[in-house]
Amino acid sequence: MVRVVFTPNLQRHIACPPLEVEGTTVREALDAAFADNERARTYVLDDQAALRKHMSVFVNGARIRDRVHLSDAVPENGEIYVLQALSGG
Amino acid sequence: MSNRILVATRKGLFMVERQAGDVAGWKVTGCDFVADHVSMVLADPRDKRVYAGLDHGHFGVKMHRRDDGGAWEEIATPAYPEKPEGLEDNDMWGRPIPWSTSKIWALETGGPDEDGLIWCGTLPGGLFRSTDNGASWEIVRSLWDFSRVKKWMGGGADLPGIHSICVDPRNSKRVKVGVSCGGVVTTDDGGTTWDSQISGMRAAYMPPEQAFDPDVQDPHRLVQCRADPDRFWVQHHNGIFRSDNGGTAWEEITEAGPSTFGFAVVVHPSEPDTAWFVPAIKDEKRIPVDGKVVVTRTRDGGRTFETLRNGLPQEHAYDLVFRHALDIDGSGDRLAFGSTTGSLWISEDQGDSWQTVSANLPPVYCVRFG
Repeated sequence: MVRVVFTPNLQRHIACPPLEVEGTTVREALDAAFADNERARTYVLDDQAALRKHMSVFVNGARIRDRVHLSDAVPENGEIYVLQALSGG
Repeated sequence: MSNRILVATRKGLFMVERQAGDVAGWKVTGCDFVADHVSMVLADPRDKRVYAGLDHGHFGVKMHRRDDGGAWEEIATPAYPEKPEGLEDNDMWGRPIPWSTSKIWALETGGPDEDGLIWCGTLPGGLFRSTDNGASWEIVRSLWDFSRVKKWMGGGADLPGIHSICVDPRNSKRVKVGVSCGGVVTTDDGGTTWDSQISGMRAAYMPPEQAFDPDVQDPHRLVQCRADPDRFWVQHHNGIFRSDNGGTAWEEITEAGPSTFGFAVVVHPSEPDTAWFVPAIKDEKRIPVDGKVVVTRTRDGGRTFETLRNGLPQEHAYDLVFRHALDIDGSGDRLAFGSTTGSLWISEDQGDSWQTVSANLPPVYCVRFG
């Protein structure tokens, strides 16, 4: 299982509590996290299912490299943080 | 005669209403989406629903709707289809065009025979249609493909956008869109096919031999006279243009008071020769001429203009009025406009005099009676 935590700034628009999901890549983990929260998906990913321009994702403290396919690996018991980037203001 | 105005701003959607019994009293009566960027608003007169396009920046754009007397709810947001793998589809800088809605920039209702139909214009240039009051959206693929063949380009943004949608009151299948930059594009069959061939519109920012190319034009705003639908007005990046033949041939208006540059234009609903503009120093400066906020009005099709300033600031004023921030009500007597510095003015006498509703709103993006 991996833990997915969303930026508090998202909570004013849509409830996104931390949750434990299955997944060996960022894509798998986020798909699982959004399975029961489809609206939240559109706040993090764009129309092509890529990470939105001013969003950042960290896996165990390291920024992911693949913002398009989200193929970065996530180890067992890993922690994913989904945050807004300050480049977006 | 409208007694309510919706004002979409950088920090919320404001309601402004005329106070009963008070001849000159328009007041801010409420604010929804406080602190949120609202780029566009539409009040549908058919069923009193209101639509708002929000831009959450990091979190993308979202569409909201409120039924008459109801609460706001987030509805489906226009979303681009999956981009074909390997498709080479680049902007003018050679960068891949992002197939994702980055701004909701136009919202209009369909014709009187099209219950539930809403049109939505966006950046990066897609047009969307809903037939169920926004519950779902479909991209008009024919125009999306057309836009990339014609190589639309950004006007004031990195990406092109559809900012104006005019549905012919005589024929709902005839729809004209204004694109920055992509000119004026028309469908006569409800969106199956499109045509951008126009004449007379001039792009001063292009090499001379390309100045009249229809596909490079930057009409800032396109409006159609409801009572005389063959009459269109455009406030363009480098001037004012008028069409008398349904938007095919355009005549440039070279003199219009302080300036022919601006973003907004409205036309009287039943007097095609009467139109209003909010001029600014052109192009590289974009501030009011001489620090004076004025509205210009023509009543003779652009042959002559009056400069209207009664009630508007006449010194050290740096308000700019964006393309959607000027509106006129169905009677043609009431106008309202809002500015980048958060001012909002209303006239009840076709612009002869103006009341300041506020000078402290957030930057105003869209003003609509309704």
